[in-house]
Amino acid sequence: MANTQLQDADPRDGAVSSRPAARRTKMAARDVNVFYGDTHALKGVDLDVYEHEVTAFIGPSGCGKSTLLRCLNRMNDMIEGCRVSGEMTLDGRDIYSRDIDVVQLRAEIGMVFQKPNPFPKSIYDNVAYGPRIHGLARTKSDLDEIVLTSLEKTGLLDEVHDRLDQPGTGLSGGQQQRLCIARAIAVSPKVILMDEPCSALDPIATARIEELIDELRENYTIVIVTHNMQQAARVSQRTAFFHLGSLIEMDETEQVFTSPKNEHTQGYITGRYG
Amino acid sequence: MTDLANDPTAAREAASAAARVRRRYAAERRFRLYGILAIGAALSFLVLLLASIVLRGYGAFTATEVELDVFFDPAVLDPSGALDRATLGGADYRRLIIAAVGDRFEGAEDRRAKREALAMISTGARFDLRDMVLENPGIVGTTRKVWLQTSADIDMLRKGFITREVSEGERRVSDRQLGWFDSLAADGQVRTVFNTRFLTGGDSREPERAGIGGAIVGSLFTMLVTLLLAFPFGVMTAVYLEEFAPKNNKWVDLIEVNINNLAAVPSIVFGLLGLAVFLNFFELPRSAPVVGGMTLALMTLPTIIIATRSALKAVPPSIREAALGVGASSIQVVTHHVLPLALPGILTGTIIGMAQALGETAPLLMIGMVAFIVDIPGGPTDPATVLPVQIFLWADSPERAFVEKTAAAIMVLLFFLILMNAIAILLRRRFERRW
Repeated sequence: MANTQLQDADPRDGAVSSRPAARRTKMAARDVNVFYGDTHALKGVDLDVYEHEVTAFIGPSGCGKSTLLRCLNRMNDMIEGCRVSGEMTLDGRDIYSRDIDVVQLRAEIGMVFQKPNPFPKSIYDNVAYGPRIHGLARTKSDLDEIVLTSLEKTGLLDEVHDRLDQPGTGLSGGQQQRLCIARAIAVSPKVILMDEPCSALDPIATARIEELIDELRENYTIVIVTHNMQQAARVSQRTAFFHLGSLIEMDETEQVFTSPKNEHTQGYITGRYG
Repeated sequence: MTDLANDPTAAREAASAAARVRRRYAAERRFRLYGILAIGAALSFLVLLLASIVLRGYGAFTATEVELDVFFDPAVLDPSGALDRATLGGADYRRLIIAAVGDRFEGAEDRRAKREALAMISTGARFDLRDMVLENPGIVGTTRKVWLQTSADIDMLRKGFITREVSEGERRVSDRQLGWFDSLAADGQVRTVFNTRFLTGGDSREPERAGIGGAIVGSLFTMLVTLLLAFPFGVMTAVYLEEFAPKNNKWVDLIEVNINNLAAVPSIVFGLLGLAVFLNFFELPRSAPVVGGMTLALMTLPTIIIATRSALKAVPPSIREAALGVGASSIQVVTHHVLPLALPGILTGTIIGMAQALGETAPLLMIGMVAFIVDIPGGPTDPATVLPVQIFLWADSPERAFVEKTAAAIMVLLFFLILMNAIAILLRRRFERRW
């Protein structure tokens, strides 16, 4: 995967103003702490997610990467006893401020889950659900267009165009996951969060999803949590390594995988633990 | 590997291992046999129960009628000759029957014999004659052959429940009545018809006139009230507790424990509650389906809540996450995704709860639905009785004919219960979706 931006990129730095014009901070976290009851799950995390890039979160199980991902669209609100402190922004707006509507926020920050979870409805209704509840389509033909474009973008349209009224649960695992991605992009989000989107898929389906992620980067900003380091290396531009609730290292993916600064990162990447 | 022939320990172990395997197989066979025996015993009890009910009750679906020449005497029905409904409706039709049996039955001249002859015909037959006249006033003054319903005793005689061999004093039908019945039978003037009155009529002191129509309608109104109250309240309670209530909250836990306890409270306690609260405090009408329905709703509520909660729990969390992920609000998640997926379970639970309520007697006794009610209720506030209470009332009656009615009413109740369970299964099949 070619990435010409890598050479002149400035590694992790809090200040937004010093970014080159090509790299704009889409989402930022400043001193984020998350507690589940008495457990301190995330400790003082600072990071930036740049627009039109894929940011990968890696780290051993229980390191807090999924927790951070779920904080980014406030999915953690649903979990009893979860407290979040610090600041998280989307385009400079604090997403935890009182006047943010969570439902609206989640329309702007879509999410794709570990296990493909299409609704037990038709393929069409799966994709049309988001636009419908947000009133994105005035007429039936508008809705048709949104659905078809979304399916097109995920490369699913050719495979399912003659059975849009069939249940989405009847597709193969990889197709289901692409359907879920189509469902997420149907509401035109700014950011798509992916929580280990390929962990339940076979290598061929995984390759298709990775390809898709790279294509989607053009229009969306993507954050992906993965256990698969090759995947992180393949699809992402920037990688954040978490360990025991702390952000250990965040840099250009190439940098992290070829010459990590931290010994923990080095240990994880070379497979000494994790 | 050890050589078996040369190693006594190994050989012994092999022998004991084979014995162990044999014992294990024997134990498994025995266990399966116990299971089959248990099923066989359960099935035979069921067959015994159903067979005894059906054998006892099927007769109630037929009635006996005899044909008599009835002279619609204008002197009795309409002395003034005006033929207006009020006079015709208020006339003494019993006298027509007295005249008809007097003509037909030999030796029915003296008072005693006439009374015996009249006793062969149902006391309700005069109402049938009245209805005939009101429907067609033109028959006044003519003689018609009319099929009249017999009394329960003659019905029992025809069905073979009265033995002719015993002496006259020990049976309910006299020798003279036997003779008359035989002569009618010989002339082909006795027939067996389907007893529609049993399914459509109200209760009566006369077994041959008694029907369960009133009880069916009463049960229907009661169930309607129960459903209208218990279903929305039960489902909303369950949805709130399962989807919106804070977890690990002391109050929520307390409510949960109490709902589970309520499901185990004896039903008569709900009856006492209904008596104390609905009748005595709110002064709602006694014996009315509306109060019965409210009382049964209290009883059904925990069943529906528990069934709904487990149906909601069975909806995979991934569906909730998926909906939240595309920006559905929590109410949209519940109404668009969770409830439709839980619906088969909710409906099944509701119907099973309703079936339970349909078969319930004890709480209704407390709120006066045990009264003897002849009229078919026209609404939920009219006095009424319900199927199981009607069975209870009839089972208490000494007449032989009511034994038959009781068993037949049980058959009708069982039919409705089976119907409801079948609907539950159908709905579950229809709405079940896989994910």
